[in-house]
Amino acid sequence: MPPEGDGKSARGSRPAPTRVVRFAALPSAAERGFTVPRPRLYATVAAGGFRRHATYRVATAAGVFTNSVFGLVLSYTYIALWDERPRLGGYSVDDALAYVWIGQALLTVCGLMGGGFETELMERVRTGDIAVDLHRPADLQAWWLAANAGRCAFQLLGRGAAPMVIGALVFDFTLPDGPGRWAAFLLSVALGSLVGFALWYLVAMSAFWLLDGQGVAQAAWLCGMFFSGMLLPLNVFPGALGDLARVLPWASLLQVPADVYLGRYGDGGGLVGAYAFQGCWALVLLAAGRAAQAAATRKVVVQGG
Amino acid sequence: MAERTAAEPVARREGAAGVAGPGRARLVRRGGESWRTYRMVAGMWIRSTMTYRSSFALTLFSSFCVTFFDFVVILLMFGHVEGIGGFAFAEVAFLYGTAGTSFGLADLTTGSLQRMGRRVRDGSLDTFLLRPAPLLAQVAADGFALRRLGRLTQGLVVLVWGLLLLDGVTWTPLKVLLVPVTVVCGAVIFMAVMVVGASAQFWIQDAAEVTNSFTYGGNTLLQYPPTIFAQELVRGVVYVVPLAFVSWLPALYVLGRPAPAGVPSWAAFASPAVALVCCGLAGLVWRAGVRSYRSTGS
Amino acid sequence: MPFIELDALEKAFTVRRRAGLLRREKREVRAVDGITFGVERGEMVGYIGPNGAGKSTTIKMLTGILTPSGGRLRVAGIDPARERTRLARRIGVVFGQRTTLWWDLPLRDSYRLVHRMYQVPDARFRENLDRCVELLELGDLLDVPVRQLSLGQRMRGDIAAALLHDPDVLYLDEPTIGLDIVSRTRVRSFLRELNADRGTTVLLTTHDLTDIEQLCSRVMVIDHGRLMYDGDLTGLHESGGGERLLVVDLATAMPPIEDVPGARFVRAEGPRQWLAFPATSSAAPLVAAVAAAYPLVDLSVREPDIETVIAKMYGGTREERRESLT
Repeated sequence: MPPEGDGKSARGSRPAPTRVVRFAALPSAAERGFTVPRPRLYATVAAGGFRRHATYRVATAAGVFTNSVFGLVLSYTYIALWDERPRLGGYSVDDALAYVWIGQALLTVCGLMGGGFETELMERVRTGDIAVDLHRPADLQAWWLAANAGRCAFQLLGRGAAPMVIGALVFDFTLPDGPGRWAAFLLSVALGSLVGFALWYLVAMSAFWLLDGQGVAQAAWLCGMFFSGMLLPLNVFPGALGDLARVLPWASLLQVPADVYLGRYGDGGGLVGAYAFQGCWALVLLAAGRAAQAAATRKVVVQGG
Repeated sequence: MAERTAAEPVARREGAAGVAGPGRARLVRRGGESWRTYRMVAGMWIRSTMTYRSSFALTLFSSFCVTFFDFVVILLMFGHVEGIGGFAFAEVAFLYGTAGTSFGLADLTTGSLQRMGRRVRDGSLDTFLLRPAPLLAQVAADGFALRRLGRLTQGLVVLVWGLLLLDGVTWTPLKVLLVPVTVVCGAVIFMAVMVVGASAQFWIQDAAEVTNSFTYGGNTLLQYPPTIFAQELVRGVVYVVPLAFVSWLPALYVLGRPAPAGVPSWAAFASPAVALVCCGLAGLVWRAGVRSYRSTGS
Repeated sequence: MPFIELDALEKAFTVRRRAGLLRREKREVRAVDGITFGVERGEMVGYIGPNGAGKSTTIKMLTGILTPSGGRLRVAGIDPARERTRLARRIGVVFGQRTTLWWDLPLRDSYRLVHRMYQVPDARFRENLDRCVELLELGDLLDVPVRQLSLGQRMRGDIAAALLHDPDVLYLDEPTIGLDIVSRTRVRSFLRELNADRGTTVLLTTHDLTDIEQLCSRVMVIDHGRLMYDGDLTGLHESGGGERLLVVDLATAMPPIEDVPGARFVRAEGPRQWLAFPATSSAAPLVAAVAAAYPLVDLSVREPDIETVIAKMYGGTREERRESLT
């Protein structure tokens, strides 16, 4: 490593400004007086997100295969566990197996192990391309939220349904009571995917300060895996750890939708409470993402990335 | 037509070189070259990571802490039950530790192979082909990340913990020797699977995720006793994708438990041979992949 | 025997295309369709053609990245497809749009890797590095992380990286693309010196005919995978009937300059006027004639772009072919 001083002086003599600064000098959308009808714009972005992921047929098939293998392995461990302790965490074996396959179905939809967009977003930050996005006539977070909504819609159809069907063919697990329960479940999934997006957006924002966001992404990945209950339902977690895990945002991703599916919240106040829990986390995390984005924007403009 | 035949000698000679295989001296030389290349490229990546020092420290720390969550799940399970599939905690920890250490070792050294699809897609693999160094070593070291030490350390800690807790095992010199041999051979088998997965990306870049079911999925499978799984699944990882040799079969011998139904007892000692065969196969698949890449350029 | 030798070299790809819901159509594309030429040691050759003509495919075969599907190929007596790594020690490659430098590390570190990977003897390496640093003016940049370099600085850094192991052949793919005038001039003069001093054989692909004019004694034009022209630049202009442009800036806007012999008025924009003249004739008398009669402030000569030259070279045939394809 050269001494720190050398690098600085050489950097000082560099004639060309960084790319980011140059882009930041562009007039912003507001300055150009350029507006696009918002809802229609974001609908287009969402449709684009859907279509984009729909073109990855092979990747989708590969993902379904992998989800099914993991579902299979987890199913057997759950059967062994519930064999020893029937009614563990208030679930029957059939409930536990349904839980496993719901987990596999929601893996990409709710971003249990990665939001599916943060790598790309972080790469844009690292290369400085983000400056272009920041000066688009659209809000950065809303733009990515819309694109992610399109992705989730596709993943639910492409990668969510198939593993559940495969799981249902191999094992005899609990199914919802009726179409109403399915609808309640889907609403909870939608809220879960919103929380998932907000979480991963925050992770991606860290790249503005850390440059190499890989480590944060990895930590978030493992946190998500553990606290979402993907490996073990959160209601099996003991004592204080269980209490904590059940109020963390990750609980919104899988535990709450699964319990809605299994009918553990009933149809009345309990269900509303579950939605409120997810909704609150979505709002808090989206707001945090906005704050981080605002700070990052200032940083880009001032320091040039 | 005349031009077609002109092309054939080239192809045949290449094929012949591939089938006849290199002599022993050449193999040793290639091995040395690969190791040298690997060290050089990995070194460059470590230096690159170190330019973001604070980020690196943070990621290494979080990686150390957070990989332990994975094992906490097993602890939580044993908070509710005495045994899983007839295996006590110490035994499951031993299974987890052997598989986890092997996987950690493979992930540290060749985990980057998963990223190769991107290199193929954006064409940057071409710059690797222009260097006078073995391609596989370059690709394996591409994106080398010390933070993956976290996973390896976690596996080792659980393994040592499991070994300390095991009290029903009568240790013989053979069993003592078998533990490190198992870990190393297991890592080699995982590496071979990763190389095969990477090779497949020469043909279908989008299917990279399938490799995960054999690496990450295999690792998860091997953490639990084979008794809890359907026998078809167990037979599959013995005879089709030989992941059972990573840890299950030798570990069952160490624990003094019978091999799964239909598997001969000497299979517990077959891991080195299986690892060798896996390497050979992986080498052939890799070679075929490179050849296909060089003839289609995509 | 020529140093680089291609004999009826061919590369055909099979392209699969979705046709309808499930049916897939297979089509063979001949990216390189029987090319024969030889390059002597120490020659500096321009290899030009429109996008998708087969330039990169040829370079990839010459470097051993791609295996030819037909024909014979030798570089320095080596078959690139069979002995890629042995050849790698004797060639240097620069892709204009893809850097081989390490993004986060100082330039110096990338060179250290070349040193060790190519096993260049220490003294030799130091000598080569010093030379490149001096001629490409890299002295201040060696300790700067590559991500902070400008495009021109990075290109110079890339060229140095390709030369530290003393290659006999240097392939340059669009070495001046996106560079500013100063960097462009520096790169060109460096290449000229390299060729004169070391006798390095240089093969360069470019879109900029000025590169060719200033560097290459010989130019090859490839289109649709076939070699269409092989000779000097004057000959190319003759067969293409190309015209160069003289851009003159006058003190004030004036009526079209139509009275200078050998030049044809193209257009005017305020005080700036464009005059066309045959690519084969010299610009000097023309400039003298304009300067004598008009208040000349500034001038520049523009080479016709490759697409225009090639289009002219084949007259209407190319246009017709294009139409029949669509």
